[in-house]
Amino acid sequence: MTTRAPVGHREIASEQELIASILAGQRENFHLLIRPYEQQLYRTALALVKNEAEAEDVVQDAVLKAYRKLASFRGDAKFSTWLIAITLNEARGRLRKENRAAFDSLDEQREANGDFTPAALTDWREVPLAALERQEIRALIQQAVAELPDAYREIITLRDVEELSVNDTASLLGISVALVKVRLHRARMMLQKKLVPHLRLVAKSGRKRLGFGRLSWF
Amino acid sequence: MVLSCRHVWDHISGYIDNTLDPQVRADVERHLATCEICSAILDSTRNIIVLMADDRVFELPLDFSQRLHARLDEVLQHEYPEPPALGP
Repeated sequence: MTTRAPVGHREIASEQELIASILAGQRENFHLLIRPYEQQLYRTALALVKNEAEAEDVVQDAVLKAYRKLASFRGDAKFSTWLIAITLNEARGRLRKENRAAFDSLDEQREANGDFTPAALTDWREVPLAALERQEIRALIQQAVAELPDAYREIITLRDVEELSVNDTASLLGISVALVKVRLHRARMMLQKKLVPHLRLVAKSGRKRLGFGRLSWF
Repeated sequence: MVLSCRHVWDHISGYIDNTLDPQVRADVERHLATCEICSAILDSTRNIIVLMADDRVFELPLDFSQRLHARLDEVLQHEYPEPPALGP
C-alpha cells in the first residue's frame, strides 16, 4: 500500500491505520471504517435503483464486497471514492440483471430542453432550510430528484447531494468532465423549474398549511 | 459582450461552480447587476443546491445502520479479507 496521503491530514492517516489494522487481523475495525460513509453510499444506490429497500440491499452487498476486497484498495484514490465506485457497480449489476435500463434516452430530453425556460420568480431569496423539518418538503425534493432522467439524477446526486468534485464525478461515471458539466447544468435547471414555484410558497409562508401531499405538479 | 437572458441561463450552473471563463463571467455579472429576473433565477438555483446537500433530504431508512452492521458481523466473524489481487 502506498503512503502518499497528505502528511498531517489526520483523518486520512487514521483511515489508513484502520485499514492496516483490519488487514492485520482486527476485522471488527471494519465497522468503524465504513460508518462515516453509510449515508453517502445509500444516496448513491438510491439514485440508481430508485427504491429504498433495494438501495439498502445494494449498500449491504457493496460494503461486504469492499471488506472482501479491502487488500486491493491502493490508497491512491480516496477510500470514499473507492466505496462509491463499488456501490455504483453493485447497483448497475442489479439493474442489468433485472434488465432495467440503466439509462433512459437523453437525446429526447436534450431536444425537450432546447428551449428550457426556468421558473422566473423574483420573490424567493431565502433558503427555507427550516422547512426541511417538514416531511412533505423533503418528499417534494425527493420526488423531483426521482423524476429526473437517470443520467441526470446520478450526476446531481454525486455533485450536489454528496458534493463530490466534477473530476471525481466524471471518473466515477466514466464520462468526460465536459459532459458532467452539461448534464449537471440541465439537471439543476430542471429541478429549479420543478421546485421553485412550490418552495417559494414555503419560503413566503411557513405558517400556512399548503397541502403539499396532494399537489400534482408533474 | 451583452448577453441576453437566455444566454445567461445557459451559464447559471457554471457561474455557481465558478468554472466560467473570466470574460464570460464578467459578462454574466454585468447582466445580473441589472436583471432582476436572472438574479432571482440564480438565487433560487443556489437555494436548491443548498437544500439538496442537506442530510435531512435523503435520510437513511430506520435501523438501516443496525441491519448493515448485523449483516457485516456475520461475515467478519468467519472471513478475512481476500489477499490482494496480483496486478499485471
